[in-house]
Amino acid sequence: MKNLKMKKEFKVIADLLPNNTRVLDVGCGDGSLMDLLYKKKNIEVRGLELDQINVQQCIHKGLPVIQGNAETELHQFPNQSFDYVVLSQTLQAFYNPEKVLRELLRIGKSVIISIPNFGYWKVRTKLLFFGEMPVTKTLPNTWYNTPNLHMCTIKDLFSFCDEKKIKIKKVIGVNEDKTSLIKRSNLEIKNLFSKLGIFLIG
Amino acid sequence: MNSKLENIKKIKVEKPLKLDCGKTINNFPLAYETYGKLNKDKDNAILVFHALTGDQFVSGTNPITNKEGWWITAVGPGKAIDTNKYFVICANVIGGCMGSLGPKDINPETEQPYGLDFPVITIRDMVRAQESLLDHLGIKKLLCATGGSMGGMQLLQFCSTFPNRSFSAIPIACSSSHSAQNIALNELARQAIMADPVWDKGKYFLKDVQPKNGLAVARMVGHISYLSEKGMQEKFGRKLQEKADYEFSFNADFQVESYLRHQGYAFVERFDANSVLYITRAMDYFDLSKQFKGGLVEAFKGQKTKFLIISFSSDWLYTTKENKDIVIALNASGADVSYSEIVTDKGHDSFLLQVPDFLKTLKSFIDSMYEKFKNEKRI
Repeated sequence: MKNLKMKKEFKVIADLLPNNTRVLDVGCGDGSLMDLLYKKKNIEVRGLELDQINVQQCIHKGLPVIQGNAETELHQFPNQSFDYVVLSQTLQAFYNPEKVLRELLRIGKSVIISIPNFGYWKVRTKLLFFGEMPVTKTLPNTWYNTPNLHMCTIKDLFSFCDEKKIKIKKVIGVNEDKTSLIKRSNLEIKNLFSKLGIFLIG
Repeated sequence: MNSKLENIKKIKVEKPLKLDCGKTINNFPLAYETYGKLNKDKDNAILVFHALTGDQFVSGTNPITNKEGWWITAVGPGKAIDTNKYFVICANVIGGCMGSLGPKDINPETEQPYGLDFPVITIRDMVRAQESLLDHLGIKKLLCATGGSMGGMQLLQFCSTFPNRSFSAIPIACSSSHSAQNIALNELARQAIMADPVWDKGKYFLKDVQPKNGLAVARMVGHISYLSEKGMQEKFGRKLQEKADYEFSFNADFQVESYLRHQGYAFVERFDANSVLYITRAMDYFDLSKQFKGGLVEAFKGQKTKFLIISFSSDWLYTTKENKDIVIALNASGADVSYSEIVTDKGHDSFLLQVPDFLKTLKSFIDSMYEKFKNEKRI
């Protein structure tokens, strides 16, 4: 899943982050985003990653990383200890995404979450016209081996934040190399044409 | 053996060292060894702290025992800690028996070996004694300091007592306070020594003998705790030692028995029984959080040292949980910390063995830290 992550996504996330801040990257993979943030924006980065090979890659790059499971081990980070916490395309894979999100909001003053958008038109047509669970570039797995337990759309995450009274600061839709600002006024159309949604909340 | 001990590297620590027990030692010997060359900028020095039964002979051939250095898997030319690139230092702990002041040395007051008159020492005393060596070698800031087991405990103490004396630190398979289980195992080792009549309340040196049986049993206890259940089963199972059937005796029928006996009796050739008592006591007394009102988090406040904590999945002596507690405290204090749990069946001993994931992680971290350290100095 990490390898297929669009580079564009990292650029958008990097643009959302001010220089010289403290950022925790939850599920940091091989450290590509951390490396970008550290080198380009002088950001003090920390990563949390489950996979041992990925952890080794981060250490090899000189990036601080803690091997652990975000679902169960976020408690080790103190309240408001980071300016931003980033969670890239992983929210839907947790058993309890709400609990994880609460933890992220506790640890970070702001949180950036990206999600593969289940409302993207190709995903919708696959289900509508073929009656099959969608397999796309951003959702490359089939129903029986997908790590994604809680798929949602950009619109779903909007409603979720509203319901839980979580402040939405900015939402950006990504489709290949194109990005666009998503607002309540254009939500329906952007929900149809964005492959990824990137939310700045908290 | 003693004549060989006179030829090893030593410094005389003249500065009086007030021990945690209240007594003071001065003008004491501290034995050490170095590998590789200190470069012109003096920024390639790595300090290694040794474990309970270790010594300063990390790599190459130990001149006293003629065996390989205890960390030959990790330290040497082209190894994870590459002595072609780095200058590696290791000192024998005080209380030990490889040339640093210990219970078998002569007590100037009685002109007899100390025996049990040797002051009870702590991990902090060991670390304070070793700081003098860095001064002697003219090293202001280490590139890295590392150590496994008791070596890791010394390292945590070192970082806390001398903040920022090292650019980076790798505590391996250790704990910030000795657990009840570990105190119990150490007590078992001590009781085995003290139950040997030859020990004679620590005065065996008067007859120039060693409580070999007790010391060997103490070592066997250790060896069991260094392996994992699975590792032991795979290595030995119920295999018999060079025989087709049981002997119906108490000789070493099983390979695992033979292994333990061999390890136990090999140990008595190179180690002093009273040193085991003193060093295990120091480990038991170790509780870093107790030294600070705010607990462990306070112990690491303001640290600029970059940490990498490593634990091994099958280590039941210094568990992943204990190592993670150190990570949590470092995180809470805002320190720069990495953590990796290496998956292996080799138990606590993993840090001394060929465990490729471990050695790769060690190398990656040290090499990347060296680049950062040089860059930082340039700025």
